[in-house]
Amino acid sequence: MSNGILVFCEFEAGRPRKTAFELLQRAVALGAGPVSALVVGDGDTSALGPNGAGKVYQVSAPALASYSTGAYTKAFAAALAASGASTLLASASSVARDVLPRLAARLGAGLAVECTELRNVGGKVVGRRPVYAGKALVDVTINSPVGIFTLRPNSYPVVAAAGGSATVVPVDAQVSDSDVDVRVTDTVAASSTTADLTEAERIVSGGRSLKGKEQFDAVVRPLAAALGATVGASRAAVDAGYAGHGEQVGQTGKVVNPSLYIALGISGAIQHLAGMRTSRVIVAVNKDAEAPIFQYATYGIVGDLFEVAPLLQAELSRS
Amino acid sequence: MIIGVCIKQVPATDTRIRINAEATAILTDDVKFEINPYDEYALEEALRLKQAGKATEVVTFTVGGADADARIRDGLARGADRAVRIDDPALAGSDSLGLARALAAALTAEGVGLVLAGRQAVDGDSSTIPAMIAELMGAAQVSWVDKFEMDGEAFTAQRAAGGGMREVVAGRLPAVVSCDKGLNTPRYATLPGILKAKSKKIAVVGIAELGLSANRVGAGAALVTFSNMGPPPQRPAGRILSGDNATAVAELVRLLRDEAKVI
Ligand SMILES: Cc1cc2nc3c(=O)[nH]c(=O)nc-3n(C[C@H](O)[C@H](O)[C@H](O)COP(=O)(O)OP(=O)(O)OC[C@H]3O[C@@H](n4cnc5c(N)ncnc54)[C@H](O)[C@@H]3O)c2cc1C
Ligand SMILES: Nc1ncnc2c1ncn2[C@@H]1O[C@H](COP(=O)(O)O)[C@@H](O)[C@H]1O
Repeated sequence: MSNGILVFCEFEAGRPRKTAFELLQRAVALGAGPVSALVVGDGDTSALGPNGAGKVYQVSAPALASYSTGAYTKAFAAALAASGASTLLASASSVARDVLPRLAARLGAGLAVECTELRNVGGKVVGRRPVYAGKALVDVTINSPVGIFTLRPNSYPVVAAAGGSATVVPVDAQVSDSDVDVRVTDTVAASSTTADLTEAERIVSGGRSLKGKEQFDAVVRPLAAALGATVGASRAAVDAGYAGHGEQVGQTGKVVNPSLYIALGISGAIQHLAGMRTSRVIVAVNKDAEAPIFQYATYGIVGDLFEVAPLLQAELSRS
Repeated sequence: MIIGVCIKQVPATDTRIRINAEATAILTDDVKFEINPYDEYALEEALRLKQAGKATEVVTFTVGGADADARIRDGLARGADRAVRIDDPALAGSDSLGLARALAAALTAEGVGLVLAGRQAVDGDSSTIPAMIAELMGAAQVSWVDKFEMDGEAFTAQRAAGGGMREVVAGRLPAVVSCDKGLNTPRYATLPGILKAKSKKIAVVGIAELGLSANRVGAGAALVTFSNMGPPPQRPAGRILSGDNATAVAELVRLLRDEAKVI
């Protein structure tokens, strides 16, 4: 059934995000037909070909300058039709989460979200994804002519581009200002300039044990800065006001998938694990040797975080 | 203006999972169910909007069996005016789109102007039904909202966007809004509320009454199927680094650099 895979490539400041390369490279590796890219808006598409796109379907219009569900859904539908692809692949990003269910309902297309694995089973793409907060994994098969999948960031490594070039195919989605249903009136930086938690490569998280916002700011944030990491927190720390809601990791916070996750004074409750258990390397610092987090930690230090964290920061700046 | 709140019951978040023999779903016989935590934010926001005089009625909507009534009663005890439960043998095996069709039909039939739903149901963790409902109702949508204000038909909302940014958005009703943590602090049911809820009505409707045909929902219409459900792979046993803190930290940095290659 395969007419190939269309990959939604997200841009930031005019360049493709890293997730675009992860998706394109995975799409090529799947070997389920030709791989093309979907780009909404203007931007430098020259890096997409070398990473695996044969064609770039680019939808540009003034009404797409800032994000709106209505205009984007139309843009996706038009690009999908123009490409003739049977699979649409996107990163599990905030844009994809907003547009793709709407698109799926419009097209009557099956949707498999938050996959952490994508396989080719007899020419058909099959996803595998966590459910019940990661307590189980399940294969998701789509039975409609068009299937839509989202992949959690950092599910597959990004390697050097193999080379190649793409033809850019402009798509006219006939979007106008009347498609902008909900308008973005302002965009503000959440807290820091570091990467979004869900896409972060490294995360340093603090828990209730920090005992106050001042200590959280004095211990967790500088260590994160020393590592070029994004700051996370347990719900107990967020509810106590040590960190912002947007920084909560877990079942009712963000689901993260970094290569390094450092948990400072976090016990490892099931709802916290739900958000970070797929991290490649987990480091736990906890003064209780029996803390559940140690069962998931790649490396653990049994000790007082108020001593260990500054030592770690010093060691990092030395080496 | 009627506000509709979508409420689902889900296993309590600390539930241990047991998987059925077909490896397609979990066993629910001794699972404790709760209102989906994100739906509590949706209900709370609806109740506040009504208290502020911006809605006439708060009605909850649930697709589910009679076993969901205890959770629906909890919603009524917190202050919802009445409830609609959609229950029909034809719904068995529905995927998200099938459930969204049933919910959208019921919400439309009740003339709901604003739909508040949870960001995601913490069983399947999909986060897809609210946007599907919006499409099916021809309504605007905003996902993962943690601040919401309404003035007549106009609303503004805030949400976390990608890249560590926040978006402020503006739109008009009818709309479907999915609610995130941070939006409010949900209230608990009070004793008077619980007593009052006893006389409130849970209307049970089938899909024919909603004008939906059986081939639009249920296992036969499902575009998405689950199989091969299993526990996540066991993480290899970790290593506790010994020695005093300084020694352990030096060893940690070496391991992160040379063995794990993550720094
Ligand atoms: C519906 C629901 C949803 C939830 N969602 C989430 C979620 O999304 N994310 C989340 O994180 N939680 C969530 N929780 C809460 C979760 O159950 C835990 O309560 C929470 O994760 C605990 O946070 P903590 O580890 O910081 O605190 P605690 O469990 O109190 O652990 C503190 C740890 O710090 C250690 N410690 C104390 N002092 C020091 C020190 N000086 N040095 C080193 N170690 C020290 C202690 O030994 C202990 O292990 C949820 C709960 C429910 C019911
Ligand atoms: N069976 C259901 N009955 C009522 N509302 C539901 C149901 N399933 C999902 N919802 C609503 O849709 C939201 C998102 O669910 P989901 O898309 O399944 O993650 C939930 O938080 C509920 O508000």
